[in-house]
Parts: sequence; structure tokens; C-alpha cells
Amino acid sequence: ISHVLLCNVTQRVSFWFVVTDPSRNHTLPAVEVQSAIRMNRNRINNAFFLNDQTLEFLRIPSTLAPPTDPSVPIWIIIFGVIFCIVLVATMLLIFSGIRQHRRKNKGPSEMEDSEDKCENVITIENGIPCDPLDMKGGHINDAFVTEDERLTPL
Amino acid sequence: MAATDVGQEWAGEGPGSGGAGSWRGLLPINQLHWFSFKSQKSTPTGQKTGNFLPLWRLRAVAGMARTPGPDQPVDGGGEERPAWDNKLQYLLSCVGFAVGLGNLWRFPYLCQTYGGGAFLIPYIIALAFEGIPLFHIELAVGQRLRRGSIGVWTAISPYLGGMGLGCCTVSFLVSLYYNTVLTWVLWYLLNSFQHPLPWSACPLDLNRTGLVQECRDSSPVSYFWYRRTLNVSADIGDSGPVQWRLLVCLAVSWAVVYLCVIRGIETTGKAIYFTALFPYLVLTVFLVRGLTLPGAMQGLTYLFTPDLRVLQNPRVWLDAATQIFFSLSLALGGHIAFASYNPPRNNCRRDAVSIALVNSMTSLYASIAVFSVLGFKAASDHGRCLDRNILHLINAFDLPEQSVSRDTYTAALARLNASQPAEVAGLPLEACRLEDFLDKSASGTGLAFIVFTEAVLHMPGAPVWAVLFFGMLFSLGLSSMFGNMESIITPLLDLGVMPRRVPKEVLTGLACLLCFFTATCFTLRSGSYWLEIFDQYAAALNLILLAFFEVVGVAYVYGMKRFCDDIAWMTGRRPGFYWRATWKVVSPLLLLTIFLAYVALLASSPPHYKAWNPRYERFPLRQEKPYPGWVLAACVLLSFLPTLWVPVVALGQLLARCRQKTRDPPQDRCPKPRGGRAC
Repeated sequence: ISHVLLCNVTQRVSFWFVVTDPSRNHTLPAVEVQSAIRMNRNRINNAFFLNDQTLEFLRIPSTLAPPTDPSVPIWIIIFGVIFCIVLVATMLLIFSGIRQHRRKNKGPSEMEDSEDKCENVITIENGIPCDPLDMKGGHINDAFVTEDERLTPL
Repeated sequence: MAATDVGQEWAGEGPGSGGAGSWRGLLPINQLHWFSFKSQKSTPTGQKTGNFLPLWRLRAVAGMARTPGPDQPVDGGGEERPAWDNKLQYLLSCVGFAVGLGNLWRFPYLCQTYGGGAFLIPYIIALAFEGIPLFHIELAVGQRLRRGSIGVWTAISPYLGGMGLGCCTVSFLVSLYYNTVLTWVLWYLLNSFQHPLPWSACPLDLNRTGLVQECRDSSPVSYFWYRRTLNVSADIGDSGPVQWRLLVCLAVSWAVVYLCVIRGIETTGKAIYFTALFPYLVLTVFLVRGLTLPGAMQGLTYLFTPDLRVLQNPRVWLDAATQIFFSLSLALGGHIAFASYNPPRNNCRRDAVSIALVNSMTSLYASIAVFSVLGFKAASDHGRCLDRNILHLINAFDLPEQSVSRDTYTAALARLNASQPAEVAGLPLEACRLEDFLDKSASGTGLAFIVFTEAVLHMPGAPVWAVLFFGMLFSLGLSSMFGNMESIITPLLDLGVMPRRVPKEVLTGLACLLCFFTATCFTLRSGSYWLEIFDQYAAALNLILLAFFEVVGVAYVYGMKRFCDDIAWMTGRRPGFYWRATWKVVSPLLLLTIFLAYVALLASSPPHYKAWNPRYERFPLRQEKPYPGWVLAACVLLSFLPTLWVPVVALGQLLARCRQKTRDPPQDRCPKPRGGRAC
């Protein structure tokens, strides 16, 4: 406390100070004091229970704390998760589609046999046999073509 | 009246079902239905299904009039057209396609700019005379002719086949840039899973004594958007390298689209339950949260206070009409594709009206949620402005801390101004008015990525809200992408561009891959400028023209009487006077007016763009630059190339007919005799 000299007292808590070296009895140059304060800013702040916003040293810009940077950016982690899910789901859908395709190829060849067997059955409805339509040929039924120009003629 | 509207039980329509209309009047439809199906279900009267021909074979045997077209695979196997599992899937798909990003970030901006509640008047008028009639046409035509857009217009008239190609091309262009916006949303979503959010603070400069200058001059949110996301260049000519971060996000977003569209409506029908309903859930959450935030009520009253004088400005009517048009996603061919998978006797009129109304209600709902949050943002910005002024006062006049609060600020300022005016005048005090902050509206990407992200920063629990918001944007965009991809894939499937053996998954995969590679141009440093060009020029004019051709094509080429008969067959009731009047007269006139007004607007000022240039003197403001010549040429090409398909195909058909006429002798010009019927 003996080496603190007060002058120019103001209403707000602000003060000028000089640091003297008692052994050599001279004031230390401002540049040295400034660099020392920059290095130990945190300790000085803590001594006063203040921080960089509430305790300002004129002409000494505060060194800002770097933001915490995780080694792997978080977005890459989430991206990896989503990408793997999408890839797995796509593979599953593709493989199930291939399996369905194979099953369908085996299936119709069996269904066609049963259809041919039923073709020859004549159904009786109300005592009248229904003529099965000729599947091989094809009779043109004029009744169906009266409205042939359903769509714009060319 | 549709007595036979029994859900999925439609007569086994084969792929070549363009001539379904000939059935009408010949056999009552309810008798037709007890012919066999080519499915496993038993018929309602319990007939043996094996005796009777499946209906599609009957049709081939009867030799119905079919318009010649590329969509007639001659196969005995007869693959049925895929169908919706239930009506809800179809409705949700149409709603999801119509409700997109524009409902969230364009409509609230228009509402606010054009006098709040007064904007609803031109909006509702445009909906009634343009939106709903056009929408009804698309659904009816798709459901009737049961093909994608190319097949439908070729079936109506081969000279109109170019319209389908035009719709397909525009859908391709739109899906390119739409998915790029989704890429940006995905990037933000991936970055939202951390606290504090990366756009909350500026990064430090090299010697860690201050913030990066670009960020300090603008704002952390703008810096994150322009530099960390887009890494935008200062000029459109300066393309720069491909941004790898955006490229991988683009890959993932196309992979997600492929995953959902892989088997056509079979897979989108399942995905749509989530993507169409999730945004409503999140909007409700935001609405509840937003209404409880301070300042929300000011935002809402500012939004909805009607100012009827604005109706005198013709620009309002133009913007209302274009908003309705683009909001319903008309003329892209997506609704035609969706409706083509419907059973043929489905009440498409009711669907059209209800989906259009749901779309408009969603716009209103979204604007309430958005504006309550924006009101909160304006109030908190206003509060911070006051705090800065208070700090200046306290520092200058050595007042004790917290002696001047936000409420007592004006009184304290007046008192100080009265006693020491010279000192007060020397202080850098800002004018803090709440209306100025409320006026700072934005639309489009500015709203989502700058204004709203900043608002979210100040809400307690910011990462949660950011995740919810960007998740909602992603699913909104994804459900619209389903419609876009269906409007490309369905016509290609109907055309049969790939051989039958090749499964559908390969076609969708190739389409998605092609779109992905083409869209990498948007991941360049100048990508966002190109996206604006695509949005303004590729989509707008072409869609309006194509819609005009659609209405004219159906009302005049196909024939209003025939169309009304079709609708009566499908829905059980003929369209009334309102529908016929709008289709024949009002909508074509409106569309023509909108097109001419739009062209006049674009031509009135030389096209320019706003560049983000840190070296600009008035830096945080964006620098207005004119487009260079080659870019203007690209704009013109984009505006007209898709619509050029229409005259090109019409001419091609004309030439082909003429050549056929000269080649064949004249008496064979009558239609081919069927069943011995003479000419």
C-alpha cells in the first residue's frame, strides 16, 4: 500500500497508478506495466471480483478467450449419424425390392397355370350358361366403339 | 351419388387406360364392377374370378378407340398402376406438396408489406378465381386420364404433348434449386445441436484481441450465413471452388429424397405421414411458445392491422395472384401425377377445394406463429437499443448503475436534455422506435436464416428451438420435393423410357443422381446468386404460361362439355356455373394478365442482384450490381426454354401428319376400320 500514490480522484471508481521499484527508486516504464497487466489480467480481475467488462484498463485491449472448439465439429458427428441411417435404410429397401421382384417372377408362372385350368369351366347363372369370352381371338364389339372419338381427333 | 365408389375396388385398370371414357353410357358402371379383377380380392357377388376376363383384357378385346401414343406397352402381364393405400395418403401428399417453404416465409412477408389484414382480400379473390379452378382442372384431368403430365396432355391432343414435356422440365429445374435450399436448412439443422449456437457470437481474429472484422461490421448471424455457410463471393462471375461442406449436405439431402421416393408412391405414401404432419406440430409448439413471449402481441397487431389504402396499388393484386399460384404448386404436373393414382371415381372437386383451403389456412397459421416470434425479436432488439443508450448516458453523466431502466429512459433523457443539452447532443444516441424494428421484415432465405435464427438465439433453450425450426423447414421442403420428383418420375415411367425388366428403383435412382450432379453448381461460391436467378426466371414465367395453356387446352381443345361429362362421371355431379365460367373465361384472362404484368415488371428495371461484398463502402448493406451479359442470356434462356417444348412438339406433330398424308393415299385418311365398319 505504501507504493500506491492516489491522484485525480473521481466519483466513479477509477484511478491512475504508477508502479515503482523500491530498490532502484524509479517508476517502471508504461510498456512493461502494460504487458505485465495483459499477462495477468485474470488475477487482477479476480482480486477485485470483477471481469473484463467491469474493470477496464485504458489502452490495454483484453485478450478474448477462445471459444471451446471440440476436436471434431459437432455437425460432422450428426451428419455421420444421419448419413449412416439413410444409407442403411436405402440398402434395406433395395434388397427387399430385389427379393420381392424375384418372388414375383416365380409367382406369375404358377398363377398362369391355374388360370388356364379355370378357363374351360362354364358357369351357369340363373340356369343360363355364360359364354366365356374367347381369350385367344378377339371379337370386336361394336357397342363399345360408338363413342370412339372420345378424345380429340387428329 | 357415387354408389360404386368403393375405395380401392376399381376395375383392374391396365396401363393403357387412356380411353376409359368410352365405357360411359354403354354399360352401367355398377354392372361393370362385377367383372373380374386381376387381384386377389373376391368380387362382391362371389363369382369365380377365373371365368371372366379381367377388365383390362376386355378393353383390349373390344378394340376401344385409343389415341396413339407412346404409352401403350403391349403386355399380357398387365401391371396395375400403383395406388394409394388410402385416401388420407393422397390428401396428405397433395397438402404436403402444396404447403411448402413459401407458406412460411413468403406469405407472412406479403401480409405485412401489403397492409396486414387488407392483403387477405386480394388473396381470397385470387384463390376463388384462379387457384381453386386451376387446381380442380389438374386433379380432374390426372384422375380421369390416369397418366403423368406427359401422357395426359398427349392424350388430350398430340399437339399439346409439349406441355407435358414443359412441365417435366420446369419440375426438374425447380427440384434442383429447391433441394439446394433444403441443403442449407440441413446444414443449419446439423449445426443446431450445440450450445451456444455457432451463430450467436463472432469468431475471434488472428491475435485474439477482437472479433473478425466482417462479423463485427455486420452481425454474427449474417456472418454465419454469408461466410460460414455459403462462403459467398462478391460477384456472380466469380464462381470460386465447390464448398465441400455444402456438397456433403447436398449428397445427404438427395439421399434422403431418394430414400423416400425410391418406389414411387409406395414409399412416399409412408413417408408423407411424418413429413406432412410434423410441421403442423412444430408450428403449434412455436405458436404457443411465441404467444407467451414478450412483444408477441405487438408483432401480431402490427401484422394484422388492415390498411385498406394498399388495395389501390396494382402490385398488391399481382403479388396476391402469384402467391396463390405458386403456393398451390400449380402447373408443375405433381398434382396430375398424384391424382393419376386415384381410383377413377373419386370426388376430385371436394378434394381440390379442401386442399386449397387447407393450404391457405396453413399460410395464415404459419404467419401467426412467425409473427409472434418476430414481434418478440423486435421487442428484444428495441430493448437492447435502449440499453445501449442507457449505458452511454450512465457513462457520460456518472450516474449510478441501474438508476435508469428501460421504462424510465425517456424521462431521464428529457431531464438530462433540459439541464445539459450540449453534452447530450454530443452523445452517440440511437433513435429507438419499436415500429422501426417491426418494419425490418424479410422474406425468403433472409427470414429463415437471418431474422428467425437471431430471434431463436434470444429464446431460452435456444438449441431446442433451432432444431425444431430447421426440422420443420426440412420436412416442409421434403414433402414438396416428393411432389416435384413424382412429377418427373411418373411421366417417365408412363413413357416407358426404361425397359420393363429394369425396376423402378433404378429409374428413381438415376433421376436423383442426375439432379444431384446438376445441382452441384449451386454449391459454388456464387451458388446463392444463381439460385435467385432460377427462382425468379426459370420457375415463374414458365409456370404461368403452362397454366394458361392448361386451362385453354382443357376448356377449348378437350372441350368443356366433354370435360364436364367426365367430372360428372367421376364425382356424380356436373360442374356448376362458377366452375364453367372460371375455366372458360376468368382464369385464362387472369393468367394472361398476370403473365403480361410480370413480364412488364421484369422488363421495367434492368435486372440486378444484391451482392454481399465486405469491401463495399456501405458494407452491411448489400451492393446492387447488374447482371453481366452472359448471365442475362442464361436468364432469358431459362425463362423460355421449357415453354418452347409446346410449339416445338406441336410443329413436329404437324410435320409428321403432313408427311403421313402425302405418303398414304388420300382415302385411307379415315380411322382404321374396326370390326368391318366401313368409313
